[in-house]
Amino acid sequence: MIADDLRDLYQEVILDHGKNPRNFRHPENSNRHAMGNNPMCGDRLKIFLTVDDNGQIQDAAFEGAGCAISVASASLMTQILKGKTKKQAEKLFESFHAMCTEDEHDHVEADGVDPDDIERLQVLSGVKEFPVRVKCATLAWHTMQAAMNGEQKISTE
Amino acid sequence: MSKTTNVVPISAQQDAIEFDVERVRADFPILSQEVYGKPLVYLDNAASAQKPRAVIDAMSHVMETGYSNVHRGVHRLSQVATDAFEKARNTTAAFINAQSDNEIIFTRGATEAINLVAATYGRKNIGAGDEIVVSHMEHHSNIVPWQMLCEETGAVLKVVPIDDDGNFLFDEYEKLVSDKTKLVAVTHVSNALGSVVPVKDVIDVAHRYGAVVLIDGCQAAPHMAVDVQNLDADFYAFSGHKVYGPTGIGVLYGKEDLLNSMPPYQGGGEMIASVSFEKSTYKKSPHRFEAGTPAIVEAIGLGAAIDYINGVGLDHISKHEQGLLKYATERMRGINTIRLIGTANDKASIVSFVLEGVHAHDVGTIVDRAGVAIRVGHHCAEPVMQRFGVAATARASFGFYNTRAEVDKLVESLQEVKELFG
Repeated sequence: MIADDLRDLYQEVILDHGKNPRNFRHPENSNRHAMGNNPMCGDRLKIFLTVDDNGQIQDAAFEGAGCAISVASASLMTQILKGKTKKQAEKLFESFHAMCTEDEHDHVEADGVDPDDIERLQVLSGVKEFPVRVKCATLAWHTMQAAMNGEQKISTE
Repeated sequence: MSKTTNVVPISAQQDAIEFDVERVRADFPILSQEVYGKPLVYLDNAASAQKPRAVIDAMSHVMETGYSNVHRGVHRLSQVATDAFEKARNTTAAFINAQSDNEIIFTRGATEAINLVAATYGRKNIGAGDEIVVSHMEHHSNIVPWQMLCEETGAVLKVVPIDDDGNFLFDEYEKLVSDKTKLVAVTHVSNALGSVVPVKDVIDVAHRYGAVVLIDGCQAAPHMAVDVQNLDADFYAFSGHKVYGPTGIGVLYGKEDLLNSMPPYQGGGEMIASVSFEKSTYKKSPHRFEAGTPAIVEAIGLGAAIDYINGVGLDHISKHEQGLLKYATERMRGINTIRLIGTANDKASIVSFVLEGVHAHDVGTIVDRAGVAIRVGHHCAEPVMQRFGVAATARASFGFYNTRAEVDKLVESLQEVKELFG
């Protein structure tokens, strides 16, 4: 019998995004990218961003290989980031990080963060019960942040 | 701490009495533990093995009754501690059939043992254009020290390939070795694949060209009898915590004349014969290589672990583990989405695998919730992962306290992975 916390972690949405990741491509006109590496389990993700002159993310995509959690997280992130500004992306990451690590996360609905986006990211909050997997869920986000800041490589260890 | 102090009386009639797994399990306090409300199934022995009561007690005992610094004082406790420490060296020497206790150097672990050889023997004897031979299935700790040495000296690293089953390709090895080869460093048993390397023949070929050989025995020492004289190994390294002993202690075996021809590793107390500001002179092996206060309690713990293993008997251990390996391999072949990584003809009790369409990390998390501890990742052997075209594998590694029922638990939990991932 499969435990409830496992069912919570591996929800249908995650399994779906893990198997059929969205925005899994290398856009030719992207102008920011970074490689994220989780050496402990061998997850490697490359995030591509196309940011316009106003600092708005026009396109977000990724390539790479990893566990279901890291791939699903990257897939969901790239969907949500489109149309966001750098500041909004950062706020989202903050909220998402809190959601994955803190028991009480009422404050995640911070200013400038769309509650619908938070709702969509909520499917990944099951990692809270699996501390070693938090890195998997946040790898894409750390890499996105590195790309935004002009760093080419990050490692979660 | 005589060799017969452990509680398993099997050794008296080794051939007559069957190995009793429940009896040895009772010697390991941690094995009765539950995780997530389920009995612990510990199948991560290749990463580190659990400790029998005999080891825990031996370490407590020395700290409670006989602890002091070693080789230093004239006082009573210093002598008691020194005797116990040196007895552990003697036990270790006998364990791998070294000719002399002077051939056993206590290190922090096998990694330090290999680094010691690279830093001392390597720097002194290996230069530009010389070649060092390793295999494709080395642990990072038997690759990186040699790479660093190559970078420093201009020597060249050569790699013996393996086949699709993870067999060491002996013919290719013979082609690689030449007069340029100064050192061969290969594993006895692959930690990622379980493959047993025919190290006696490897050593024989290397010696024909005058090369010295270091064997990484981390994954062999817990599973099979090792005889360094029979192998004619120049260096043999293994770690304490994988032979059911404590962490922080490892062993470097080296032939005595070879060791005494090598410069010291670290400078400090204990390793010197005399010190003046003009010049210091060094002791002979093993003290030359044991600068500073050693891991006294850990060495004594290692001695107790070896006594314990001897009591159970490596022949019993090997037979039991080979049975588990066969059973686990068969049961896992019964899951049609499993691909076994490492199917060499001669293997130790390590089963590496990937589950089609499921990342190893997800496998590890799911089976963990069933109480089953396995390792997932690249196992510090990234070249092996590249060779098999996988980012990571899941690995179940068995010790002599594991049971068929535990293999069944693993297989059941793998069925859950399949169910969840559809």
